[in-house]
Amino acid sequence: MGGHGEVWSERDTTPGAIEAALRKLLREAHEHDQGHVPARVLNLVAVVDRDWRGEVLNRLERVGRYQASRLVLCAVEENRETIDAEVAMTTEGEPKPGEFALMHERVLLEVGPRHLPGLGTLVDPLVVPDIATLAWAPHGHPEALDSLLRLSQVVLIDSVNEPDPAGAVRRAAQLAKHAYVVDLAWLRSTPWRERVAASFDPPQWLPELSRISSVRVRHQPDSAVAGLLFCGWLCSRLGWEPGSLSPANGMLRGRAKGRRQEVELCLEPDPELDVPGLAGVAVGTASGMTISLDRAPGGLSAQRCDSDGCQSAWTVLGASRGEGGIMGEGIRQALLRDPTYRPALGAVEAMLD
Amino acid sequence: MATVEQENPLVEGLERLPVHPTTLVIFGATGDLAKRKLLPAIYNLAHEGALPERFNLVGVSRADQAHEDYRRLARESISEHSRTEPKEEVLAELLERICYVPGSFDDDAVYEQLERDLARFDEEAGIAYNRVFYLSTAPSFFPLIVGKLGEHGLDRRDDADVRVVVEKPFGTNLEEARQLNRAVLEVLDEQQVFRIDHYLGKETVQNMLAFRFANGMFEPIWNRNYIDYVQITAAEDIGIGTRAGYYDSSGALRDLVQNHMLQLLTLLCMEPPTTFSADDVRDEKVKVLHAIHPPDPEHVAAIAVRGQYGPGLEGGEEVPGYLDEEGVPEDSTTETYVALRLEVDNWRWAGVPLFLRTGKRLARKVTEIAVTLKPVPHLAFQAEGSVGVQPNQLILTMQPNEGVTLTLGAKIPGTRMRIRPVNMEFLYGTAFLSQSPEAYERLIMDAMRGDATLFTRDDEVEAQWRICDPILRGWDEGDAPLYAYPAGSDGPDEVEELMPEGRYWRAI
Repeated sequence: MGGHGEVWSERDTTPGAIEAALRKLLREAHEHDQGHVPARVLNLVAVVDRDWRGEVLNRLERVGRYQASRLVLCAVEENRETIDAEVAMTTEGEPKPGEFALMHERVLLEVGPRHLPGLGTLVDPLVVPDIATLAWAPHGHPEALDSLLRLSQVVLIDSVNEPDPAGAVRRAAQLAKHAYVVDLAWLRSTPWRERVAASFDPPQWLPELSRISSVRVRHQPDSAVAGLLFCGWLCSRLGWEPGSLSPANGMLRGRAKGRRQEVELCLEPDPELDVPGLAGVAVGTASGMTISLDRAPGGLSAQRCDSDGCQSAWTVLGASRGEGGIMGEGIRQALLRDPTYRPALGAVEAMLD
Repeated sequence: MATVEQENPLVEGLERLPVHPTTLVIFGATGDLAKRKLLPAIYNLAHEGALPERFNLVGVSRADQAHEDYRRLARESISEHSRTEPKEEVLAELLERICYVPGSFDDDAVYEQLERDLARFDEEAGIAYNRVFYLSTAPSFFPLIVGKLGEHGLDRRDDADVRVVVEKPFGTNLEEARQLNRAVLEVLDEQQVFRIDHYLGKETVQNMLAFRFANGMFEPIWNRNYIDYVQITAAEDIGIGTRAGYYDSSGALRDLVQNHMLQLLTLLCMEPPTTFSADDVRDEKVKVLHAIHPPDPEHVAAIAVRGQYGPGLEGGEEVPGYLDEEGVPEDSTTETYVALRLEVDNWRWAGVPLFLRTGKRLARKVTEIAVTLKPVPHLAFQAEGSVGVQPNQLILTMQPNEGVTLTLGAKIPGTRMRIRPVNMEFLYGTAFLSQSPEAYERLIMDAMRGDATLFTRDDEVEAQWRICDPILRGWDEGDAPLYAYPAGSDGPDEVEELMPEGRYWRAI
């Protein structure tokens, strides 16, 4: 961001001094120009490894308009005993006469491992009260995240980053008991869920939902959780009873018990896909209809084959959001509530049991 | 058709609900509105993955050109006016679904070609597409096009929906609006007709509903017992630009009051609807319009002031008066400013004057509603050296900075009890991450979805005209003065005559 910007920093500081600096900078910015108005939507508390701080800040820059109002970034450094802090206020340009310029606040904290179990008490005075607080720990540090749950209403995770899908799902389920969870792996499946819902929406095809007999999901090799959540979503929405999935030839295979018939589930890694998320989805029904969706330029390539053999193909329009867009969507979702995530997660837990 | 949201268990929790496959036909496809608003809006919907999963666009216009020429025009329009940077792969895919039918709107060959194209889309996809005909044309073509759609059997179908979107202005007076409604409704059902007032597609206007009906603190005071008067202002700092042809035959009353400003008034004054379904909301709005007694044309001067801007200064620069604008007749008596005093005669609002004013070339651009509450009954704090206790004002600003301001009396720091008004301000821009979509994106999606909440119903249009028509007749037939005001000012001084003693116009 450019424009007006003020910075305060102090070594071996305290939360009280940082909070006072925030108030002082805010007052000074307002005195400089009353058109400088602080954003008051969302706090984001991020806990990251010190060495990756720059990369995380770059990632957060790329979310565009979905910036948190106040970012508290806690960089964890081995052997650190004291707290260093830097507070910055940035405004996107000077306000035009009669208009205002939105101001974002950024608090960078350097902390050591010993601060993590009590990180919540350290951060508590630094978040804007009465707006939502989102906690995010992309480099692990579970004890820090647990400590932040006291003041956070929402936790941001990305289950595709976890090496073990079962462990990722367990952790998500555990966090979901204490806070609303926004999982980027879930958001990666959103366009696919929307399109499958739309494919069955016309009245003549709606009855086929109850005849679904197979679901095949191709995913980037590290993104099995995104595929699992997609299958979990179908199970929970359509009332299927999910059975256990087992590895077979590099894939995960299993069955769910539908109301009319069993449903074959298959998750297949696609090494061709070089970005996290899903590569394709194919849904077949007992009456012989298949619908498939695959990544394509300009959207998703859709194909329908009816029970009488009639085929049609088209492209469902939509621009790829990219990783910056996914992260921005994660921040935006912190202010919304999706009632279908928890049931889908519950179904995935049953599949991996 | 059945309500799909109730039947498809997969739509629960999705932000973008499925929309039935749709073919959108734009009449007037090479016009300014199509190029600047409609085509970019459609691209943005495609970019965000919001269009129906199957979608076709047909442009109809007089220009004799091939499909490829129209696609080129669409590409240029989108590239120039889209709010998001177009992505080539999405744009190319969208353009592939666009075709063009040349011809004049009275030519049967146009509709025969449309019949063939629309049938081909259905056949190729194996489904019955919904059809939305968007009449982005002069109002005089509405009856003709709708009539032709009926003659060619394009007005309805058994297995899908047919809707017609018509642009404003819907008539230039009450009789014309009635004739248009009759002509359109001879062919279509009211449920098929979507009369656009793009103002209703703006987030700011929809926020009025949220403000009033999602906050319990305002409802107890939202009546004649607590509200003293209301001012609705839609001021523009610009002149008429290149729109002299349209504007001189329209004027401020038709251009803004009959539609946008009366929409704001009804949203402000309506009773809480039972549900937010299209008809429940519109029923309540129509009730408000019916509670406003139309003025007697002979007494228009008592409730309306009109003006026309002369030369003046705008932003420190000299600007011409209306009569010196290019394309304006030198003897034009078209009003560029109007102020009205209206009353809503119902239980909630009886005796509360509502002041509306709009104008071109005013001091600044602002659209706001100011609700002034009644003063406190006893002024215990009036002290020397104090501005004193002023009545509270609640100001809903639509532009330029959408927000809510409440003026409060506060003690000036010091040893004495001196009071002055202070502002408690909330700006929507500080509290939301999302960018507001363009009004046309929202309205096009609503029309494709069949949600008419943000569109104007036939009786609503007629009720709006019933209020404005006598004022126009009074001005035409009587000798109501047309006051001059300098460009860059707050409007004509004579507007003060509308305001009862003790009340005042807010500075623009």
